[in-house]
Amino acid sequence: MKTQENGRARPEAIRAVPVRHPGRWIAVAVLVVLTAQFAHMLFTNEQFMWAYMFENAFRPSVLEGVRTSLVLTVLAMLIGVALGVVIAVLRLSDNPVLSGVAWVYTWFFRAVPRLVLAVLFGNMGILYAQYTVGLPFTEQFADLLGVDINGTIFSIDANTLLTGFMAGLLALALSEAAYMAEIVRAGILSVDPGQAEAASALGMSKPLVMRRIVLPQAMRVIIPPTGNETIAMLKDTALVAFVPVTNELFFQLTAIGTRDFRPFPMLVAACLWYVALTSVLLVGQYFLERRFSRGTQRTARARTRLRVLGGDH
Amino acid sequence: MAEPPMVLAENVHKSYGRTEVLRGIDLAVERGEVMCVIGPSGSGKSTFLRCVNHLEKINGGRLSVDGRLIGYREKNGKLYELKEREIAAQRRQIGMVFQRFNLFPHMTALENVMEAPLKVRRQPRAKARVAARLLLERVGLADRASHYPSQLSGGQQQRVAIARALAMEPALMLFDEPTSALDPELVGEVLEVMKALARDGMTMVVVTHELGFAREVADTLVFMDEGVILEQGPPTQLLTHPTHPRLQEFLSKVF
Repeated sequence: MKTQENGRARPEAIRAVPVRHPGRWIAVAVLVVLTAQFAHMLFTNEQFMWAYMFENAFRPSVLEGVRTSLVLTVLAMLIGVALGVVIAVLRLSDNPVLSGVAWVYTWFFRAVPRLVLAVLFGNMGILYAQYTVGLPFTEQFADLLGVDINGTIFSIDANTLLTGFMAGLLALALSEAAYMAEIVRAGILSVDPGQAEAASALGMSKPLVMRRIVLPQAMRVIIPPTGNETIAMLKDTALVAFVPVTNELFFQLTAIGTRDFRPFPMLVAACLWYVALTSVLLVGQYFLERRFSRGTQRTARARTRLRVLGGDH
Repeated sequence: MAEPPMVLAENVHKSYGRTEVLRGIDLAVERGEVMCVIGPSGSGKSTFLRCVNHLEKINGGRLSVDGRLIGYREKNGKLYELKEREIAAQRRQIGMVFQRFNLFPHMTALENVMEAPLKVRRQPRAKARVAARLLLERVGLADRASHYPSQLSGGQQQRVAIARALAMEPALMLFDEPTSALDPELVGEVLEVMKALARDGMTMVVVTHELGFAREVADTLVFMDEGVILEQGPPTQLLTHPTHPRLQEFLSKVF
């Protein structure tokens, strides 16, 4: 037995009877039975038609749908995040017009369901046959003054601009920007004001302070919900089927099922596809979070733990 | 014409809404002078310090650093507010050290010190790194260059913060209660760095509760209470023979 510095012997380690948890055992038993029943159903109910499903779940048209859904997700998130940051910064502006506009934007796009937005954007061609970029209100002024002014810089046909894909993308991206703006705003507000003060005291300009000091720290708060948003976005790409965008994952899977009068197996296939894609995104989110938690207590401690595990002491 | 003082405050007023925080501050800090400002909390000493680099806007009076008005331009007897960019430029010659360090937690000690030279003065990375290492050495933290702030003690963090402020080669250093957030055994190391800085001839304004430091290092001691300066002069004189009853009362509570 080891003798301590004060000369007293170290006592035996305590060996006590642990507390029993009968409730947990009952819960485990119930869950095991339910799981077994579920598995039994999967294997015995012929309506699942597994062979048929696996045969059709990887057709070229489905893979094309996966690609479209992923491209839509990535593009809609890129636009949504970029626009969201801009709106968040506007929202935090001292100028009441700028922050008011940002507020109205978030208010509107959070109020309208994405499905409705998708269908609405799909029908935008009704408003104007041509979309024109140029000096504002030149036609009206020209009429007023009775002269001929051409303020048009370029114009584009509505059907060329708002293809199904573009309409769906815009609907998803603009709606996403509203949610991202709120997430980014929360992130910016979570950063200690002393940080911006210290940076300003060093002579950094406001945009530089935002870009180098505030946003990188806000990222720690912004990234977890953004990961959730990305996953939600992947699932919401199914909505553009109503624009209609036909080469997207959900539409392709159900089309096969409808054609063969076997809708159920293809719906199961849709579930499995979305679960698989979402799982990949979750892994990506994990690495992003780790990257942006540099310098926080948690990583410092994790590193120490690694060092302890590695015996490097 | 004689050189203007480094800091010149003339009847400086500052209020938040209806609360008057500064009610007519007059003082001058000469080049190379170390001024310590003491006073009870809420006396406006930190606010005054923050006005000097325009983190707070003054409501009345005049405040200039190195002969130039802070935050304004005077033309034909009229004051014009400076643009963000111009204010940022003014702040480059004024270093500030905060009570809570305010190091950038997502950057290592070295990156903290390099940030402003790199991004504000657009120095080449190699040059900024060499300069930053020298500064960390000067505050005794050369071996902590790659540590994140969360891995440093409070005293070490504050020393990095001092190095970070020095990286912009300021003509004036402001210290806002630099040791108030530190454990007692860590105060000494920060004060040592500040003493060395004073010996090197840096112009410093230090808001502090460390009367020992003030007595040893300060050329001038200022006692503020309720937004006014009640007494100023050589520290030994103020600390041993305070004339104003409020200062006598303050000192009797502190000692």
